Amino acid sequence: MSAFTHARTSDRIRLLLRRVLPWSAPVLAALGIAAVVAWPDTYLHATAARMFPLALLAVSVCVVTGHAGLPTLGQVAPYAAGAYTTAHLALHGVADAALHLLAAAAAGAMVAALVGVVLARYRGTVVLMLSLAVAELTTITASQWRTVSGGTDGLAGIPAPRLLPGLPPLLDDRAVLLYAAAVAATATAVAMRLLGGNRQLLLSAVRGNEARAAASGHRVTTYLWVVHAGAGAVAGIGGALLIHTHRWITPADVGFTSAALALLAVVIGGTASLPGAVVGAVMVLGVRDVVAVDLPGHAPLLLGALFVAAVYLLPGGLTALPARLRRSLRVLRPPANGPDTTAPHMSRRTS
Amino acid sequence: MRVDAYLMSAVDGIAYGLLLAIAAAGLTVSFGAGGVLNLAHGTLIALGGYVAAAISTGTWASLAAAVALATVAGAAGGGVLAAATARLRGRRGHLDQALLTLGIALIGADLLTIAFGPDVLRPQLPTALDGTATVAGHRYPVDRLAVLGIAVLIAAAGYVVLHHTRAGRLVWATVDDRAMVAGIGVNPAVVDATVLVAAGALAGVAGALTTPILGVGPGTAETTLLLSLVIVVCGGLGSVPGAVIAAVGVGVVQTVGVIAVPALAPYLLIAAMAVVLLARVSPLQGEVGS
Repeated sequence: MSAFTHARTSDRIRLLLRRVLPWSAPVLAALGIAAVVAWPDTYLHATAARMFPLALLAVSVCVVTGHAGLPTLGQVAPYAAGAYTTAHLALHGVADAALHLLAAAAAGAMVAALVGVVLARYRGTVVLMLSLAVAELTTITASQWRTVSGGTDGLAGIPAPRLLPGLPPLLDDRAVLLYAAAVAATATAVAMRLLGGNRQLLLSAVRGNEARAAASGHRVTTYLWVVHAGAGAVAGIGGALLIHTHRWITPADVGFTSAALALLAVVIGGTASLPGAVVGAVMVLGVRDVVAVDLPGHAPLLLGALFVAAVYLLPGGLTALPARLRRSLRVLRPPANGPDTTAPHMSRRTS
Repeated sequence: MRVDAYLMSAVDGIAYGLLLAIAAAGLTVSFGAGGVLNLAHGTLIALGGYVAAAISTGTWASLAAAVALATVAGAAGGGVLAAATARLRGRRGHLDQALLTLGIALIGADLLTIAFGPDVLRPQLPTALDGTATVAGHRYPVDRLAVLGIAVLIAAAGYVVLHHTRAGRLVWATVDDRAMVAGIGVNPAVVDATVLVAAGALAGVAGALTTPILGVGPGTAETTLLLSLVIVVCGGLGSVPGAVIAAVGVGVVQTVGVIAVPALAPYLLIAAMAVVLLARVSPLQGEVGS
């Protein structure tokens, strides 16, 4: 009898957790940002604001890698397109932030659509191989197309954007941080919304058994191409944020290192979780910015070590961590689980 | 004179292309057999190049030691990769293996820069190799001719090993049907590891032999990885003859193109790759039937 009531309460707790857990991540993120904003150190504000461009790039990579199932290093191409579009709009006197974001999203989507024509036809590690060429080509173009990119010196002194035509330029570190956080959160939420419901089912069907999905009449490659282009828009917005938070850009910002960093963030976050990608990006950049002080010039070494560690120690990423912990706990103390808790599992499995 | 310069770099290109082919053959076979996409491949080539440039001091003995040690270093690197990726086999996908090699490549590139400095190094060759020879009315540097000759020899030896020995046939069998290889009593995982070690050795020797032509520096790993991937893709994934043809083309574009149209050379390669990918009739491995 007591075991029965115990099961009821644990079920109730589980139900409560299921309702509360989806909100815990955004609430924690909001609390974290609020804490950083409240902190009186402007250097911290600037550092935090500069994490969001890469976080959005990671979200874009996550959409392509986790949802479309195409592991990619090539999303730096739309990221670069968004960044250089924004930079040139700002340099030519267009200061409206919303216009920047729209133009950057459009440029990113266009570039990703173009690249996707080839990439969406392939699967698995071949995509990774081809997208590496895309990333290399982006860096080469950025350093050689001097009229657009300013060569390896990059573009500096880009004017700050204005949120609305009458408002003063967005220069204050705290305001920039709030703005970047708001844009990143909105873009991520919209992407999550767009990838929910039936579309999520469709994409997981494609990842699970593509031949069957195609046999049911779904034009799989077209879907993946559309997702790739949409992810390009997110990367483009990330590029716009790069300009808004840094106000300069060099080809190194849109290079292979950024691509690898974003992919690493996605691996750490768990390939299909967009908030996980944001958390992963913040973690990777945090570690880099803290440790880089002691090891100047050795960011690649650190990045590589994090890659190896993530692959070995975090299979499935942070999102898979609770399930893995639960499993290892269950292995550690099997007698503690009575028959009343295992029974529902078994019946669920047979149904 | 101008024509001569192009001709010279065209022969350079063939030599460079053959060396890339030697390296890319290992990459394409390890991808075809074990499904391991080795993104640390360029780092192994750079490792071979650095070892050769550091050891060769201008005597014949040091040159031989340099090439031998570069090969051993490459094989050791391949062994590290084989051990690291083998732990992920089975439970985890090829993506994790590729990401692992990407991490190892990033670490390796940084360690190489720490060990050998940020400058472009060139090996010191024996004086006999430093002169020029006249071939069919054209003056030509001896070292390039020697590299071309050695590259042809290695390619021929590789062909014989792959097609006329039991080891080579086992590799092909693993590409075709892993289960069947296991069925005749050979562990396919051992074949995978051997292929990775052999591919590392080939990458090392290719790196050692390319240093007289292009030198070796911090950019070498990334460039050669990109070139090798272009070769592997253009040659049809897993195909060695395809890789050799593609490699010679890439080598010529890379050496002649860099002189003729320096800004466009990288685009020529990628454009060639895109055309090959879009115009293929038979689907590649990893491509969906359209």
